[in-house]
Amino acid sequence: MILDGKCPSGPISEKWERHRHEMKLVSPANKRKYRIIVVGTGLAGSSAAATLGELGYNVEAFCFQDSARRAHSIAAQGGINAAKDYPNDGDSIFRLFHDTVKGGDFRSREANVYRLAEVSGNIIDQCVAQGVPFARDYAGYLDNRSFGGAQVSRTFYARGQTGQQLLLGAYSALSRQVRAGNVRLYPRTEMLDLVVVGGEAKGITVRDMVTGKIRCHAADAVCLCTGGYMNVYYLSTNAMGGNVTATYRAYKRGAFFANPCYTQIHPTCIPVTGDHQAKLTLMSESLRNDGRVWVPKIRGDRRPPHEIPGEERDYYLERKYPSFGNLAPRDISSRAAKEVCDDGHGVGPGGRGVYLDFAGAIKRLGEDTIRQRYGNLFEMYERITDENAYKQPMRIYPAPHYAMGGLWVDYNLQSSIPGLFVLGEANFSDHGANRLGASALMQGLGDGYFIIPYTIAHYLAQSGPDAAGTGRPEFVRSVEETEASIKRLLSINGSKTANEFHRELGGIMWEQVGMTRSRESLENALRRIPELRAEFWENVRVPGGEEDLNQELEKVGRVADFLDFAELLARDALHRNESCGSHFRMEHQTEDGEAVRDDANFCHVAAWQFTGADREPELHKEQLSFENVRLAVRSYR
Amino acid sequence: MNLTLYVWRQSGPAAAGRLEEYRAKDITADMSFLEMLDVVNEELVRSGREPIAFDHDCREGICGMCSQVINGVPHGSQEKTTVCQLHMRHFHDGDTIYIEPWRAKAFPVIKDLIVDRSSLDRIMQSGGYVSVHTGGVPDGNAVLIPKADADTAMDAAECIGCGACVAACPNGSAMLFVAAKVAHLATLPQGRVEAARRVCVMTEEMLKEGFGNCSNHYECQAACPKGIKVKFIARLNREFIRAQLKGGKDT
Repeated sequence: MILDGKCPSGPISEKWERHRHEMKLVSPANKRKYRIIVVGTGLAGSSAAATLGELGYNVEAFCFQDSARRAHSIAAQGGINAAKDYPNDGDSIFRLFHDTVKGGDFRSREANVYRLAEVSGNIIDQCVAQGVPFARDYAGYLDNRSFGGAQVSRTFYARGQTGQQLLLGAYSALSRQVRAGNVRLYPRTEMLDLVVVGGEAKGITVRDMVTGKIRCHAADAVCLCTGGYMNVYYLSTNAMGGNVTATYRAYKRGAFFANPCYTQIHPTCIPVTGDHQAKLTLMSESLRNDGRVWVPKIRGDRRPPHEIPGEERDYYLERKYPSFGNLAPRDISSRAAKEVCDDGHGVGPGGRGVYLDFAGAIKRLGEDTIRQRYGNLFEMYERITDENAYKQPMRIYPAPHYAMGGLWVDYNLQSSIPGLFVLGEANFSDHGANRLGASALMQGLGDGYFIIPYTIAHYLAQSGPDAAGTGRPEFVRSVEETEASIKRLLSINGSKTANEFHRELGGIMWEQVGMTRSRESLENALRRIPELRAEFWENVRVPGGEEDLNQELEKVGRVADFLDFAELLARDALHRNESCGSHFRMEHQTEDGEAVRDDANFCHVAAWQFTGADREPELHKEQLSFENVRLAVRSYR
Repeated sequence: MNLTLYVWRQSGPAAAGRLEEYRAKDITADMSFLEMLDVVNEELVRSGREPIAFDHDCREGICGMCSQVINGVPHGSQEKTTVCQLHMRHFHDGDTIYIEPWRAKAFPVIKDLIVDRSSLDRIMQSGGYVSVHTGGVPDGNAVLIPKADADTAMDAAECIGCGACVAACPNGSAMLFVAAKVAHLATLPQGRVEAARRVCVMTEEMLKEGFGNCSNHYECQAACPKGIKVKFIARLNREFIRAQLKGGKDT
C-alpha cells in the first residue's frame, strides 16, 4: 500500500491555515457529548488533555506514574526552540523549518515540520502566560541560547530544567481542568491494549497498578502520548518506566509503526561505570555552548587532562566541522565520539569517553557565570561521578536518548486506525532521521496545545458521539486476552529475572543495532532476538500475584513487548539500506566517514503493519517529496 | 562493601508493617542507592521472594517519584540530593541502614516504601495555576519581568513535588510545597492577578487533606532535595494575611 500523509495542497506557508478553515468543527454545546482518552501525561499528553478539557470535551487521562507531573518530559534540560527571532540574528519560521528538515537528514514530512515551526512562537507565549519562569535578561526580556544544528540562538530555557518547567505549566493547566470536572485523571494506571470496534479506535484496556484490576474505558477517540521506546537498549537516558507497550499493542491492533530504526544516540551523557548500572544520565547539549570537546592526540594517553598541552589535544568537532564546531548535530557528534574512541583516543575507564572541557570558558567568563548557566548540571555530574567539572573536564560518551520513529500518523496526527491519534515522541512525523536539540519539547507542546484540538474535532464531527460503552464483545475480548497474557507470564516460574532478559536484549541492541549498523550485525540481531524471546517465555520468573501492586509484573510485561519490538527495529534497520541521520549503515559512508543517503530508493517513510505473531510484518511506504527544501548532502563543515 | 538493611515491609494499606533484615552484598561505591536496592531485589526475585516495592522513575533527581527515609532522614543525609542521586560512596562497609517510607497522615502507605501522595495533586488542583486558556495570549515579551523576579520565581518553581518536606516535618505539614507554588506564581505578573484567591484555596485544601501547620522547625528546608527555602513560607504567610485583609478567597 502506498500511504498518503494527507497533506493539504497549496504553498507551504498557507497549508495549515487553509486546512484549519477546511476542517469540520464540533459546536460548543456538542463537545460535552464526546469522550476522549489521553494516554500519557508528558508534554504532549498533559497539554492535549488540558486543552481538550478546556474546550469542553470529556477527557480521561492516564499515566503509570503516581502523578501526572512526573512524566519523563520533566527531565529535559536544555531548552525549547521557537522562531521568535528576538535576538535579531536572522531566524524565521522558514529557517527553523529548514534547519529541522536538514537536521533530520531529509527524512521528515515537510508540511508537518513547517506547521511545527509556525506554532513554535505560540508555545512560548502560552508558557509565559501560564507562569513558566523562563530565563530573562536584565531588561526583563526573554533570553536565548544556542543549540546544535543551528547558527541562530532560538532556544528558550529555564536554567537547566526547561522540561520540568514546561511540564509543570502543562500540569497546572491540566490540574485546573481536573478541578473543573472536564478531565478525570487515572494515575498508577497502565494501558495494556487498544480496543478497536469496526476498524475504529473506541477505547483502551488498562491495569490498575495498585489493585491489579483489568478494566476497559470506552471513548470516541484515543490519543497516545506515551513517549519513546529507547529503553529497548536497556541503558538509556529515559526514565526507568519508559516503555513501548502502549504503542506496540496499538501496532498489534493495526496501527502502522513507522521508521523504528531512527534512534537518537545523544553525544553528551555520563559514561557507563559498571554492570549494575540501571540507567544513563544526560548532560544537556546546552553545555556545548561553552564546553569544548576533545581527546588526546596520542592513543592511550593516560596523563591527567591538565597535563596534556593544547597542541596534543584533538578538538575533533572543531577540526571536522569548523562552521558548527561543538554545536554539530547530535547524530554527527555521537558518531565522531565513537570514531575517536574506537581509534584508541578515548579517556576514562575502558577508553569509552571524551572530554567536555570548560577551562577556556571559565577563564574567559569566570566560574560564577558558568555556575549561573549550568550550576545544576555540574552538581549532578559531581553527585554521580565524584568529580568537580569546574576543576577538570567532564567525561562524556553517547547514550540512547530519543526515538524519532513511532506510530505512523497523517497530517492530522491520526494513525492508520481512524480515531487513534498519536502525539509527541510516540509518533514519527517531525524529526526525520535525527532530531535537533530543543525540538522535542516544541513538538510535544505543539501537538498538544495547537494541533490536536483542531484535527480531532474534524474526526469527531464526522463520526458523531458513540455511547455504546464497554459492553461490546471487542471490549470483553480485550479484557480476557489481557488477563490471559498476565496469567501466562506469572505461570512460567523460571529462573531468570525480567531484568536479566532486558539487560541481555539491551546488549544485543547496543552492539548490533546501535550507533552503527551493517547487514551482518543486523542479521545477527535478527537471529539472536527471537532466541532470547523464546528463552524468556520458557524461563522468566515473576514473583507475586496479579491482584496486587506488583512491580515485577509491570516490568515483565514491558520487557515482553521490547523483545517483540526489538525485532521490528532491527528489521527496519536492515530494510533501510542507506545511511541517513542517526541510522548509519557501515556499507554506506564517504571516505571520511559521513553518511551517504540513497534518495532514489529510500526517500520514503517505512511503515510496518502487524500481520500475526509469527509472521513477517508487511511494509508500506509513504513517499517523501521536498518542494521547499532542496534535497542536498547535509553538511556542517 | 557489604551492608545490613532494615527495610519497612507492608503488604497493603490496611496491613501491619514491620522492619525486615536484608543483606546487600558486593556493593560498589559508584552505585546509586537505588541501584543497591536493585541488586537486593534481583536476588530476592531469583529466590522466588517478593522484592521490596519502592517508587522511582527518572533516577536523575527531577521527577520527584522516589521517596525513602534513610536512617531517619528523608532522601538520606546528603544535602540537596534525592534518593536516586544518593551514591553508595557515602556509606561504609559494614554499615547498617534503615529504610522507611514517607510517614505522614496525608500520605497513607500503599505497599512497602510506596505511599499515596495524591493529596499533593489535589492541592495543586485547588488553585496551583494561572487560569489561562490555550490560545489568545500576548507575546512572551509583551509583559516584561525583572530578572530578579524571574529568578525568584524559578527558585520556588524548582519544587519536584516529592513530599520530603512533609515527611521531615514533625507536624506533617505541606507548607513548603504550597509556599513554593504560591510564591512562584505570586512573584510573576501573570500569576499576581489570582494571588489572593490562590493562597486561600491552596491552604484550605492543605488542611482538608490532613496536613499539619508550620511551627518553624525548618526541617523541610533541610530535607528538600531542591533547596527550596523557608523564606517562601514567610512569603506565603504575607500573601495569606494580605488576602484575608482583602476579603479572603472571594476577592
